[in-house]
Amino acid sequence: MALFSKLLAKIRSSSTSESDWAEIEQALIESDLGAKNAREIIDLAKKSKGDQIDVTIADSLASWLSSSPRELAKHTERPTTVMIVGVNGTGKTTSTAKLVSHLQSEKRSVLLAAADTFRAAAVEQLQTWGSRLGVEVITGPANGDAASVAFDAATRAQELKIDYLIIDTAGRLHTKSGLMDELGKVRRVVEKVLPVDEVLLVVDATTGQNGIVQAKMFMSSVSVTGLILTKMDGSAKGGVALAIERETGTPIKFIGTGESAKDLQVFDAERYLDGLFH
Amino acid sequence: MFESLSSKFQGAFASLRSKGRLKSGDIDEIAAEIREALLDSDVAVTVVDHFLERIKSRSTEALAELNKSTNPANAVFEIVSSELIEILGGSARRIRFAKKAPTVILLTGLQGAGKTSLAGKLAKYLKDQGNTPLLVASDLQRPNAVTQLQFIGESVGVPVFAPEVGNGVGDPVKVAKNGLIFAQDKLHNIVIVDTAGRLGVDSQLMQEAKQIRDAITPDEILYVLDAMVGQDAVRTALAFQEGVGFDALVLTKLDGDARGGAALSITQVTGKPIMFAATGEKISDFDLFYPDRMASRILGLGDIQTLAEQAKGAFDSDTAAKLESKFASGEDFTLDDFLSQLEAMKKMGSMSKLLGMLPGANSGAMKKQLEQFDEGELVKTQSIVQSMTPIERSEPKILNGSRRSRIAKGSGRQVSDVNSLVERFSQAQKAMKQMRGGKGGGQLPPGMGALPNIAKKIAPAKKKSRSGNPAKRALES
Ligand SMILES: Nc1nc2c(ncn2[C@@H]2O[C@H](COP(=O)(O)OP(=O)(O)OP(=O)(O)O)[C@@H](O)[C@H]2O)c(=O)[nH]1
Ligand SMILES: Nc1nc2c(ncn2[C@@H]2O[C@H](COP(=O)(O)OP(=O)(O)OP(=O)(O)O)[C@@H](O)[C@H]2O)c(=O)[nH]1
Ligand SMILES: [Mg+2]
Ligand SMILES: [Mg+2]
Repeated sequence: MALFSKLLAKIRSSSTSESDWAEIEQALIESDLGAKNAREIIDLAKKSKGDQIDVTIADSLASWLSSSPRELAKHTERPTTVMIVGVNGTGKTTSTAKLVSHLQSEKRSVLLAAADTFRAAAVEQLQTWGSRLGVEVITGPANGDAASVAFDAATRAQELKIDYLIIDTAGRLHTKSGLMDELGKVRRVVEKVLPVDEVLLVVDATTGQNGIVQAKMFMSSVSVTGLILTKMDGSAKGGVALAIERETGTPIKFIGTGESAKDLQVFDAERYLDGLFH
Repeated sequence: MFESLSSKFQGAFASLRSKGRLKSGDIDEIAAEIREALLDSDVAVTVVDHFLERIKSRSTEALAELNKSTNPANAVFEIVSSELIEILGGSARRIRFAKKAPTVILLTGLQGAGKTSLAGKLAKYLKDQGNTPLLVASDLQRPNAVTQLQFIGESVGVPVFAPEVGNGVGDPVKVAKNGLIFAQDKLHNIVIVDTAGRLGVDSQLMQEAKQIRDAITPDEILYVLDAMVGQDAVRTALAFQEGVGFDALVLTKLDGDARGGAALSITQVTGKPIMFAATGEKISDFDLFYPDRMASRILGLGDIQTLAEQAKGAFDSDTAAKLESKFASGEDFTLDDFLSQLEAMKKMGSMSKLLGMLPGANSGAMKKQLEQFDEGELVKTQSIVQSMTPIERSEPKILNGSRRSRIAKGSGRQVSDVNSLVERFSQAQKAMKQMRGGKGGGQLPPGMGALPNIAKKIAPAKKKSRSGNPAKRALES
């Protein structure tokens, strides 16, 4: 593994000095892994032999990855239902569009639910994606009830025998208990018609340590099944997602790398871990 | 796993305070704790280390002096706090108006930072001050960014210049330029230009931003920053500074619980002040940025001022005035007063969120209690008081066994619930009397159970409370 190879080459060539460790620590922290995680890694690495340091670091980072399945749920006998959730502006609506494109490439039919009835032009934004990708978007009245839009969409998905129903929800901060409850309600109402198979939490790669609380709060209100880590085309490393995996066991399922519908990749552990230090 | 910055600071300072005299080793020790705390708040590694050098040298230099003061720990705390405020900008800066109208404001930042929402908030804020702003829709990239700005403009009653529908069609530089001409024509004295989100590493879009800038020569370029951003903050801010440049920052999504350490990093590294704070999705969730409040938030003193303002809004002036005059005249605080306080508190929103703004809220013990805080408790207390007769409310002394059991039945509660409420209430009443006697004590309102008063234990001495209302008073303390 080419984990921060430059640093490690230096370490291997001589004995490791305090400033080398400080440099490694800085690289770890700057990836947004968190100070404690970084220190844990350093402590482990310090105990290992010079030529084993990189392997130790790579192995411990890899050991933090979740062991839960990373493939998107798939049911053949009924529509598979996916809810997209997260804090404001992380890329939920765009990721919804990207998932459509991903599923279409696997010849699956998709129906969208515009359950963000709150933000200005959120419905129109999803409709634009819907018409670009040629999928139907179920909408409701502005400022209407998000759960009832989701319910209508679930009913429609079942009628039409659609493969996937994707529900785009409004951004909400995990600290707003009323809005978090609303999300729980969307889920419960959909489940009157169809089981919710995936709840994907969209995490912006630029997010710092607050991402961990976010994940925990969303998990407790809607049982998140996976993460979509967006904006990985920028300079942020997205290390908080690994911290989230470690802390909550929720696996990263997809990586977002741009603003177009094609910019979605299934998670590749090696690439991700490598990228933390480049 | 990640304790918040404030709880770290509090831990560090509590241990420092328990020592009478300080040695230079103590300062190293506290520096190490502050370091981890700042990192957990997403302050950039290099900024943290620089900050700590200053704290260490200032404290060590002043060690002899510090030890002369009655509380050396507080003196160190003051140094930390004043350094933080200094980095955060010293004082809030206002918009600089152009000598010759219109004043042109350009909004830039990463995708999803909150630019378009801010455009609306800023327009409303400036309009309320008697200006005639124009919004310009120069984000032609993001699907329906133009529609979004049009909706927002409509909701605040500010015209939007939007000649292109966007969604990938049209030239944002031309729109910005024509927007400015339109504003000059129609005598708008302020132009706010919304642009597409872009990455620091996207040189092509950075070039476009530069072209927009050069076409309209803005008086203020604002860099909009999401308070939740982590270690990438500095790199991206520097890319924007080099790419388009900016004059000030706006910090958004401060209504969450992110500590916003990135703000500290960016002001330190770029030297630019933070001008505004966005604190929610509603147009009204907007304020000037106050460096001292932010420093407080970081230091775990709680965002007292913001809380006090919210409290002021929730207690309608009648209720507050009545309570205050009552208090001044030496009348007893009754269960009726208590009820109106509870109602006001409910209006202020989630109790745990409110309490979270109190000093000490993020330290271990208090945090646990907050997590366990039952919002239903308020409702329960309210229903008990409502089941009392007016006489019982003003004279709880007459509450004998049979009255208590009637109240319990009426409110669907246990007699023990009624008992504990009466008990807590009489304690609060006693506390009120003591306060009137001048012995202040930052108690929480009686309906809220016994929360540990950590603030008193570890926060430095603060101003005397201004309010005679115990609920408000507790919020202020
Ligand atoms: N560079 C980049 N930009 C992205 C990515 N994903 C989303 N965006 C952009 O981020 C911004 C916000 O995306 P949205 O999909 O509207 O985010 P959202 O989470 O639905 O936002 P709200 O519904 O307002 O909470 C838009 O400008 C998107 O184009 C990504 O992977 N890379
Ligand atoms: N909670 C909260 N949400 C905010 C705040 N400011 C903006 N938002 C939300 O964040 C999301 C993104 O806001 P926008 O104003 O669309 O962000 P933008 O920077 O214009 O996004 P792009 O144009 O896609 O780059 C929306 O859901 C907003 O409602 C804030 O202060 N608090
Ligand atoms: Mg959205
Ligand atoms: Mg925008």
